Amino acid sequence: MSNFDSVVVGGGLIGASIAYGLARSGQRVAMFDEVDNAIRAARGNFGLIWVQGKGANNPYYATWTRQSAKQWPDFSRELKELTGIDLAFEQNGGFDFCLNEVEFADRQIIMEKMTVDSDDEFSYEMLNNGQLKQVLPNIGPTVIGASFSKWDGHVNPLYLLKALHKAFKQLGGKLYINPITDLQHQGKAFQVSTATTNYACEKVILAAGFSNKTLAPKVGLNVPVYPQRGEILVTEKVKPFLHHPTGYVRQTQDGGLLLGDSHEDVGFDEGTNINEIQQIAKRAITIFPYLDSVKIIRAWSSLRILTRDGLPIYDHSESCPGAYALSSHSGVTLAAVHALDVASCIAKGDSLSPSLTCFSAKRFDV
Amino acid sequence: MSNNEYDIIIIGSGPAGISAATLADHHKARVLVLDENCAPGGQLYRAIEKNQKNDNEWLGQSYQDGLPLVEAFRESHVNYQRSAKVWHLSNDKVVHYSVNGKAYAAKGRQILIATGAQERPFPIPGWTLNGVMSAGAAQILLKESGVVCENAVFVGTGPLLYLIAHQYISAGIAIKAIIDTTPRGNYLRAIKYVFGALGSIKNILQGWRWKREIIRSGTLYIYNISDVKINGINSVVSVEYCQKGKWKNIDCKYVFLHQGITPEINTSLSAGCNKSWNERQACWTIDIDQYGQSSVKGISVAGDASSIAGGVAAAQRGSIAALNMLCNIDIISSNNREVFSKPFKRKLNAEMAARPFIDTLFRPHSRYRVPTSSNTIICRCEEVTLAQIQESIALGCKGPSQLKSFTRCGMGPCQGRLCGLSVSEILAKELRVSAKQIGYYKIRPPIKPVTLGELASLDEV
Amino acid sequence: MFRSINNNQSELITIYFEGKALRVQKDLNVATALLEAGISNFRETTIKNENRGPYCMMGVCFDCLINIDGMDNQQSCMVKVSDGMKINRQITRNTSQDEQ
Repeated sequence: MSNFDSVVVGGGLIGASIAYGLARSGQRVAMFDEVDNAIRAARGNFGLIWVQGKGANNPYYATWTRQSAKQWPDFSRELKELTGIDLAFEQNGGFDFCLNEVEFADRQIIMEKMTVDSDDEFSYEMLNNGQLKQVLPNIGPTVIGASFSKWDGHVNPLYLLKALHKAFKQLGGKLYINPITDLQHQGKAFQVSTATTNYACEKVILAAGFSNKTLAPKVGLNVPVYPQRGEILVTEKVKPFLHHPTGYVRQTQDGGLLLGDSHEDVGFDEGTNINEIQQIAKRAITIFPYLDSVKIIRAWSSLRILTRDGLPIYDHSESCPGAYALSSHSGVTLAAVHALDVASCIAKGDSLSPSLTCFSAKRFDV
Repeated sequence: MSNNEYDIIIIGSGPAGISAATLADHHKARVLVLDENCAPGGQLYRAIEKNQKNDNEWLGQSYQDGLPLVEAFRESHVNYQRSAKVWHLSNDKVVHYSVNGKAYAAKGRQILIATGAQERPFPIPGWTLNGVMSAGAAQILLKESGVVCENAVFVGTGPLLYLIAHQYISAGIAIKAIIDTTPRGNYLRAIKYVFGALGSIKNILQGWRWKREIIRSGTLYIYNISDVKINGINSVVSVEYCQKGKWKNIDCKYVFLHQGITPEINTSLSAGCNKSWNERQACWTIDIDQYGQSSVKGISVAGDASSIAGGVAAAQRGSIAALNMLCNIDIISSNNREVFSKPFKRKLNAEMAARPFIDTLFRPHSRYRVPTSSNTIICRCEEVTLAQIQESIALGCKGPSQLKSFTRCGMGPCQGRLCGLSVSEILAKELRVSAKQIGYYKIRPPIKPVTLGELASLDEV
Repeated sequence: MFRSINNNQSELITIYFEGKALRVQKDLNVATALLEAGISNFRETTIKNENRGPYCMMGVCFDCLINIDGMDNQQSCMVKVSDGMKINRQITRNTSQDEQ
């Protein structure tokens, strides 16, 4: 039976961020991941490090998001130095387009509220079509405007995951590709089991996406999440023309465009819906009419792991101290704060930071 | 039935597709055939109508054998849409395709996938250099446009390689060298299947005659080699091969590679059809029953698109699939399906009897399917090398999907057509499991690239 | 080098490659027409700037992508030549290269 300080269940963006952060804090860590064709939110990510609009109704979430965004540059640099992998990280501000007047007006109200709630730490600009044209010459004529915030950025989410795995390994972390079959609290420790082996550890962190739902109750926790499908289109490589991330369109470092998105209630169906991707195509052409002749080479879908209020879950078990559960659908944006802040907090052996108390799943026990 | 609804929609107008279409039409079904080329015949009988007015006897008799199929197809009442790129096939039998920049939808009661085969990847060092093409490309240049390449080097194994060499020699075109990569051990291994192949003795003799003709022509013919690579920086400068421990060089500007063909599986996989690994053919095949019915109800697969068996077999399988589809939609009875399919089944069995011999004889050596030189490019589109793949496997990638997300392998416009097989076999070798256990990329629409404008303009079905 | 061996040549039209006029048979696809004219270097890859041209000639490999009449990413083996067509080598550099 192998002993570890911590076991992280889940090798996606959240699990790998935490596992890396724990290894970085000097812990002996094991990370467990599922087999190749398992459901993986980490592979379906758009790649945005997005601040504007997040937590408009929950200032704690807005603050948490900004805390991560602030640390991203150093985080990206740290991973690159350690692994040699360039994450294609850029934080030069992002646009969220408004396609009608009502949307524009509503957006301004939200942006203003976020600014006030943040004591002016958050900042934004509202741009009309004419102003947008100065920065984005290809903008379509029917786009009413956009909100711009210098806080927004983007990164290659797949390279981020790869870098986290590589860094984790370099710092002595052990990765096991084997689903967890059982989890037991034994006195002051935990036993994590796969079909073949048992592992003992002092702490267990559940970051297993949908599997959290079944694992959490074993350690006195609750993770009520449900799937929501989002579809993304990727195009052939085209000449660079979009140098900022936007909410619906993003150009990657090698020239391909990512186009999103959709919000579908289809359970665990990871298929493609022609009508939905048609909407994505129409919207992309509205925003940048030049895209009319650009070809899609792949459409894919992924399942967001959502809570009822759209906010994350961070929990430390009271009945089984040392067990934690994490869930969020913003694994990219929050990667920095997960790796740096949450992980070091767990490594020190404590409860999670007081600022995260409001994200306990207890808020659903009403 | 409205304008865009059909009894049977057939994707592909090669021997399988047109045989199925003609037969279905004969039984008064309403048929639509979609093909991305501008004339029927697929790759095997490509440009066969155009070539009737040229003096092209060196294209060979087996090519000419396709003419009656195409003529019968033309004479039928099938709705034939050429230059149609099929980009989506849903499992409720709606086909989305584009012609001249406009997208259309058609609904079928039954769908037949007859998209044929493609060249097997040939990942040797230098295979992406400017000046390297497939032997299939040489065939297409010849058939479609009467264009040849003088003083090229042909490298590989398989009937198509000998065919193109034979055609070039018959037409008096100079070949710099033919480097035969057929593993010596294959001859011995194939012997035990030769009795099964005696039914198509004609083909075997023909292949042997071609080989003899190559040797007699004085063309430099090299065989029993242990390795081969292509040299150059911006384009090909030479081919190098290793024989008896010594590396030898042949200067050239153009190289044609070929080591067999494999089914075009992306269309079937995107529709949700199940697949299996065929160890003797070292490729994926689409699971079908004796009538060509796939694992998805209402979708059948015929010809080389399900498994490689050649043009004559494809025509039989297309006909059998058509009869079964007609039966599924109550145009013929199941009794008639059995009766009418008898002659096709007989001919098919004769063709299939030769497969073990052909497949074993021309099975490419594993070193040309899974390279050892780590700077060999595996994914041509995204320029991913074997070294990058091995690094990601060391990081914990245990399958094609995770490998894809770590390396971008398979993410380019060809969507894994030229790297998928290699990746499955590389993972199998590195992880010491079978290719069957590794699996293949998850294939998603569009089957072929489609513009945003086309997608946006599509009317609802 | 590539050449035609057909006796029955169809009529010739004019296409332009990198501004230079080429007389080619009107029923050829763009890839064949260029190969026959001695051109096999159609594009530069995005990541390693390698020269690529046709490989499969049947629409499967996507290596023959070229710029036709101002549009990138055209599969030249699947497009027929037309009179006055303007063809250029395709270069789609990645953004980091652009900033240098």
